[in-house]
Amino acid sequence: MSDPLFEFLCRMGDNTLVLGHRVSEWCGTAPVLEEDIALANTALDLIGQTTLWLNLAGEVEGRGRDADALAFRRDVWDFRNLFLVEQPNGDFGQTMMRQFLFDSWHRLYLTGLTESSDARISAIAEKSLKEVSYHLDRATDTVIGLGDGTEESHARMQAALDRLWPFVGEMFAGDAVDAALARQGTAPDPAKLRSGFDEQVGKVLAEATLVRPDSDFAHKGGKTGTRHSEHLGHMLAQMQWLQRAYPDATW
Amino acid sequence: MYAQMIKSTGKTVKSLDEMDPQERAFQERIDAGGKIEPRDWMPEGYRKTLIRQIGQHAHSEIVGQLPEGNWITRAPTLERKAILLAKVQDEAGHGLYLYCAAETLGVSRDDLTRDLLSGKMKYSSIFNYPTLTWADMGAVGWLVDGAAIMNQVPLQRTSYGPYARAMVRICKEESFHQRQGFDIMMKMASGTEAQRKMAQDALNRFWYPSLMMFGPSDENSVHSAQNMAWKIKMNTNDELRQKFVDQTVPQAEYLGLTVPDAHLKWNEERGHYDFSEPDWEEFFDVLNGNGPCSKERLEARNKAWDDGAWVRDGLMAHAEKKKARKLAAE
Ligand SMILES: [Fe+2]
Ligand SMILES: [Fe+2]
Ligand SMILES: [Fe+2]
Repeated sequence: MSDPLFEFLCRMGDNTLVLGHRVSEWCGTAPVLEEDIALANTALDLIGQTTLWLNLAGEVEGRGRDADALAFRRDVWDFRNLFLVEQPNGDFGQTMMRQFLFDSWHRLYLTGLTESSDARISAIAEKSLKEVSYHLDRATDTVIGLGDGTEESHARMQAALDRLWPFVGEMFAGDAVDAALARQGTAPDPAKLRSGFDEQVGKVLAEATLVRPDSDFAHKGGKTGTRHSEHLGHMLAQMQWLQRAYPDATW
Repeated sequence: MYAQMIKSTGKTVKSLDEMDPQERAFQERIDAGGKIEPRDWMPEGYRKTLIRQIGQHAHSEIVGQLPEGNWITRAPTLERKAILLAKVQDEAGHGLYLYCAAETLGVSRDDLTRDLLSGKMKYSSIFNYPTLTWADMGAVGWLVDGAAIMNQVPLQRTSYGPYARAMVRICKEESFHQRQGFDIMMKMASGTEAQRKMAQDALNRFWYPSLMMFGPSDENSVHSAQNMAWKIKMNTNDELRQKFVDQTVPQAEYLGLTVPDAHLKWNEERGHYDFSEPDWEEFFDVLNGNGPCSKERLEARNKAWDDGAWVRDGLMAHAEKKKARKLAAE
């Protein structure tokens, strides 16, 4: 196992990088102008958080890589983001459902990280938490509004939930990295966050008149990097293209 | 400009003596530098012309997200990506202020949107050009936002209060955009050979379309005279274009790039640069929907609107259910 701290920081930074990229794909094409602004704002926050996490990852690694080197010069197998965030945008409902599920986990996890024994980590968590709480509020309102909207919007939101639910479990599945960090008091044990998540998400889904899928089957392989989806490679092909095509250039 | 070819309804500009007392008081207020506010009386022509102008400006901000959005997912560093995202977010915000300003004149945002989507209302010709390399993000900020500022700074003094106030907020952000664009150009122009090539190519492609942003010469135009009397328009198109060229040429020299105009020359006598006119035939083609990306831009806006219908309907239905439940509970 490589350094658990480095792994953890890549997981955090890759989640926000990949999700920030996905959200930014909406640019200029949202259902209403206010959503264009809100989505751009969310993406912007996530990219800002990415810079903090990945710069720290590079520092911890000590091989002279900064956030840009990690974001733009690693290949798929080095990415440590959750499966959930690399899922394609789908329709607006799917995008907001993904956001809601991720934010619900992200908020709990960051809350735990504000107590991290590592001051660098708690500082980033503190800053991110404010932004993420706001994202979650917005995503919650949208999930409720569309779930409890028209027949069509309800059906689309239920379909989005069904589609994305198999990616929820991975957020709470701990591994050796998580165990090592929990022992040091660096990061919370993700498994312990599940009941809080179920409670909060359950309330929102009830208000949204949406039904939680029966099966808790969970895909895995994203945060360990062992088996990402096919989607991630295409995203990186786009995101990293300039850096790869002109490796000598500075931008 | 973001609002090009704005026709007013006036035939010739009336003198104060030809006006009835109400219109005369209105014009005298404008002449004295006063502001017209939404509840004040105004000539129908003034109102209609402003709706066209503010609406076209708002649409330009909205469609203007697309050529830059084209590069957000390919931005070469996290910082560049963040700056570009923030810029595009600003442009959407500009659209929002401007639609709000237009709404004070008695049209709805939805009406204006429908007219954009059907092609009845225009947006600036510049956004019908493609962004082909990363240097285009520099050129757009430097030249396009630069040209927009040239026009919008004087509009901070325009006679219609809500429009003038929107311009004050917008201009602050636009000058950021221009600086950030120039910063990209500097990086590119002093970079590798490939980057320098991209920078020069971007200037070659965006130079004349940027000059077209000011619209064709309107020195002898009746519309222009009326709009200037109303202080909806503050300068002639040629004045602004000259100012833009005079400001931009030294910047291009500083970057070590060549403005693609063999006739460009400093004219000592005039104290201005002499320069070639853009191809006005191309301009009218673009305005008539035959720009290189005209179809894509309008299709993208239409698709966003159509795909979003269920979302707007859903949120509306939810708001109504909530209201009904609240009423029932009271
Ligand atoms: Fe703008
Ligand atoms: Fe602009
Ligand atoms: Fe701008």
